[in-house]
Amino acid sequence: MRIKFPGTARCAAWLFALAAPLALGQGSTVDEIAKYRAALQDGNPAELWEARGEDLWKQPRGPKNVSLEKCDLGQGAGVVKGAYAQLPKYFADADRVMDLETRLVWCMVQLQGYADADARKNPFGSPDRKSDMEALVAYVTGEARGAKINVALDHPKEQEAYRLGEKMFYFRGGPHDFACVTCHGDDSKRIRLQDLPNLTKAEGAQLAYSTWPAYRVSQGELRSFQWRLNDCFRQQRFPELVFASDASIALTMFLARNANGAAFNAPAIKR
Amino acid sequence: MRNRHLLLWVAAIACVAGILTGCATAPSDAEVSAKAAAMLKSSFKESGQAKLERLDQDETQKTCSAYAGKTPPADVAARIEQANLASIKWPADGQYVGDWKSGERIAQSGQGMQYSDDPKLPSGANCYACHQLAPQELSFGTIGPSLYLFGKTRGYGLEIQKYAYGKVYNAQAYNACSNMPRFGHNGILTEQQIKDVVALLMDPQSPVNK
Repeated sequence: MRIKFPGTARCAAWLFALAAPLALGQGSTVDEIAKYRAALQDGNPAELWEARGEDLWKQPRGPKNVSLEKCDLGQGAGVVKGAYAQLPKYFADADRVMDLETRLVWCMVQLQGYADADARKNPFGSPDRKSDMEALVAYVTGEARGAKINVALDHPKEQEAYRLGEKMFYFRGGPHDFACVTCHGDDSKRIRLQDLPNLTKAEGAQLAYSTWPAYRVSQGELRSFQWRLNDCFRQQRFPELVFASDASIALTMFLARNANGAAFNAPAIKR
Repeated sequence: MRNRHLLLWVAAIACVAGILTGCATAPSDAEVSAKAAAMLKSSFKESGQAKLERLDQDETQKTCSAYAGKTPPADVAARIEQANLASIKWPADGQYVGDWKSGERIAQSGQGMQYSDDPKLPSGANCYACHQLAPQELSFGTIGPSLYLFGKTRGYGLEIQKYAYGKVYNAQAYNACSNMPRFGHNGILTEQQIKDVVALLMDPQSPVNK
């Protein structure tokens, strides 16, 4: 009997087309995907985003026509090297915890004179509409490659952000009852053939958090960690996560802190 | 005099202990939960069919969230299961088994309820995202158990049919805080769609039982 599978995952079909003929068995399919992932590591188009981000960082821009080179990402004005590995953190000048994107918005407003809404628009790019924010994120994160993730919980507001992020991670809601932990609370689980990191454990959080942003081959775009959170909530059937919102900072704080000790290794490349 | 000294010592020790554990200043778990719920409301915006009301938790969601991904204690679990079981709307015609071919299409489709989805199209159940079903489909997830040979190993009788219907309609009637969506309870699938998914599991002709 022949059965038609109309909605079979596109990704799997694509891999079948790319890979050598496969024996019929789960093991061989997973092996072929591992080979495909390894082959991707040869060249990473994320470099294009990093280079464009560096230009954007150094160019005089905005109403005040100044560059971002005096922006303080937490390690002193103008220090980019390794700064991302210690974010999110509390900033005394803003009296709040900020992640990278929130801090970039802050610098664009304070230094370059952008209106807050202008600094926040177009956070995620598409092939016909590139995002300056994603390019800046690619540059700053690329400058932290190899740095050890070291997110502090010293300030009471850092501690509060972590606890709020933890609550969010376990918050079940929406028509499907999904929370982050639904998919990311156990070892060695998959959705279809996609491996899921266990984000409640250090190893899982380290593996996941240290490899975003990533160039997504299937989308032809560099995607930031903020985008990753945003797209998880879409699939959770939640409303849309607001870019650089308190919830996104808190959840990033929870996951980044859990990844402490890992060597940061992004922008990466993923399928 | 001695008593006063003792009291001072107790107060001093309590004070140091408070500072060390952070109890003196840190907000309680309930305070953090309340603040998190308020934060969510200001950090999400409605988009397409996904309105902000989706962040309002029902009792089951609230209780399961509080147990942070762990199984709740037996008495709490029993209460959740009873409440969810009582809310199941069983088919008026007493029929639980529909068309397995339609069930297979529903099991394959992950469409529905996302803000990026067209609300006019029917929802799928995306069973294969988490379960193995028909052995021909190699792209299956492992969050839930394998359901291959579901009917063949359990028997095709009315009791198992009814159980399968109830499980798809409201998984938490049988397993409190299950990861599985409550497809009927939350209006993701229609009664007929649930019957078709049950057929995929329970029809002896379904590839799941071959």
